[in-house]
Amino acid sequence: MTMYRNEQLTLAQMRTGQTGTVVGVHGGPGLVRRLDALGIRPGKQVTKISSTLFHGPITLGVDSARVAVGFGMARRIIVNIDKRLP
Amino acid sequence: MMHILLVGNPNVGKSALFSRLTGTHIIASNYPGTTVGFTKGYLKLGEERAELIDVPGTYTLEPSSRAEEVAVQMLKDGDLIINIVDATNLERNLNLTLQLLERRIPMIVALNMWDDTRHRGVKVDVAKLEELLGVPIVPTVGVTGQGVRELVGRLSEARVPENARIYSSSDERWARVGDIVSHVQSLSHRHHTWYESLEDATSHPVGGIVIALLVLFGTFWFVRFIGEGIINYAASPLFGQLWTPVLMKLSLALGGGGFWHNILIGKLIGGQIDYYQSFGLLSTGLYIPLAAVLPYIIAFYLALGILEDVGYLPRLAVLMDTVMHRLGLHGYAIIPTILAFGCNVPGIMATRILESRKQRFIAATLISIGVPCAALQAMIMGVVGHKGLEYVAMVYGSLFISWVITGLILNRAVKGFNPELLVEIPPYRLPPWRVIGEKLWLRVSGFIKEALPIILGTVLVVNILYTLGVFDALGNIVAPVLTGLWGLPKETIAALLVGFLRKDAAMGMLGSLALTAKQLVISSTVLAMFFPCVASFVILARELGIRDLLKAIGIMLAAVLVMGSLQKLIL
Repeated sequence: MTMYRNEQLTLAQMRTGQTGTVVGVHGGPGLVRRLDALGIRPGKQVTKISSTLFHGPITLGVDSARVAVGFGMARRIIVNIDKRLP
Repeated sequence: MMHILLVGNPNVGKSALFSRLTGTHIIASNYPGTTVGFTKGYLKLGEERAELIDVPGTYTLEPSSRAEEVAVQMLKDGDLIINIVDATNLERNLNLTLQLLERRIPMIVALNMWDDTRHRGVKVDVAKLEELLGVPIVPTVGVTGQGVRELVGRLSEARVPENARIYSSSDERWARVGDIVSHVQSLSHRHHTWYESLEDATSHPVGGIVIALLVLFGTFWFVRFIGEGIINYAASPLFGQLWTPVLMKLSLALGGGGFWHNILIGKLIGGQIDYYQSFGLLSTGLYIPLAAVLPYIIAFYLALGILEDVGYLPRLAVLMDTVMHRLGLHGYAIIPTILAFGCNVPGIMATRILESRKQRFIAATLISIGVPCAALQAMIMGVVGHKGLEYVAMVYGSLFISWVITGLILNRAVKGFNPELLVEIPPYRLPPWRVIGEKLWLRVSGFIKEALPIILGTVLVVNILYTLGVFDALGNIVAPVLTGLWGLPKETIAALLVGFLRKDAAMGMLGSLALTAKQLVISSTVLAMFFPCVASFVILARELGIRDLLKAIGIMLAAVLVMGSLQKLIL
């Protein structure tokens, strides 16, 4: 099956290497603010760089920086997948 | 006097630039949160002296950790801000820049990491940026000092821009940032560097764990190899061939015994000086800090400096995160813990990078219980290692088990929340050897200055108390616990008491008693766990407050009672 643009996933569901655009953060104002300060906010392109075993943190690339976010947070970050996958 | 603040995101090179500006050497590392307190230095501006303050890094002026709170509070006292911006990550850094401009304090921007922009394919139009922000912009490279002279030269141009404004929302501010970035920055394609290949390997879910184990094992081996190397080929021969003859002459001159002989040289073992057992001011008092501990301090801080500056520690934090959550912490707590293996004091201070009170309490308590400092470890190697490395392993194993079990219990018992990990992972960098060398020198000379007088004082006091028979009296009082629970002779009370002053000197005293291997394992575990040394005690009190300090000490005492007794039963 081919996947198309505009598919919405959480950061946790994304595959390693996949790139997408953040469309929203489902969380309290504290979480939204902390992610915002690190540049993770709606409209930003992010790439999932790696994950860890047992639902550990996920590392993502945003601009030229890399940020590790806990798995629970990653589940609250909603991403629109831009690219068509092979 | 004018107060100049160095403000910027974490890990943009503030500390390196601070060293360059003031000429004072301070510790800089490649991970967010190196500076948790603040460091002051002085800067000559023409005829005047200005105070320069290295403010802990922060992403925003709405703080979410203790270190960030410190940063925001300090803004109130600033007359001038030097905003350090990472030129390779302009967008996120400029968000803080705009927040700082809202405070209407005269400002100048140092566009740092300028050397990194080229190979990262980032081009920044400095003149345009200066025009848009309305404050002077100077490209700098903190590590090499490039641009620092120009930065100082243009400090007088620092100003509040005419177009300074207050943004009504974060979105509005980001929109302005995006606008600025689109005008001044252009990106081009860049090649995959060896750093990125290393990145892929160390952040692989399984490969990363294998590499982490190799790194930890390699570090341990490296520290022991260098430490023992310096002891065997430098420290020990120096003392044996040069210092021993001097002391023997002195011993003869003092008549081979008596009060002064006991104080200065100590007891002779079989007519000879034994640096581990004689316990005189000039014998053991000098040997412990300079020959037994210093080599390990050098080795440990060299290894730590390399790990810090390459940028590996935050990766380790990510890998350890799941495990650390079971202990009521998150992965980043591994950084204070690793620092504490050098000395508990900076380790406990670094717990400020953690967000919640619960995390800080657990991290600091666990450090006090389960993390032996480098000085203590060096002596454990020297004294326990003498009986066989398996006994050293038993001590480390017991400490590790105490650390884990106490953490599991505290996670359930301590109220409060344990937020998830959210941390920037800095890029890998080749270790800047000059910075590593300076940092090593700073830490090693700090050890000598702080430890040497205390150890000498301790040896002196101990000798006097022995002569007065104080330890015998105390030994009788605590004999039920010492002998009954832990199976230790009551003479060990002296060492345990001295542990409050210096744990390395205390370990030396254990070495001078004729203990069996099992008793040595128990006594050194007890010594490591039961009470923080006076320096850590003061820092714990300051970081936790008196109530939590008392709780932490109660936990330590409970843990050591249980662990010592279990060891007696099992070993």
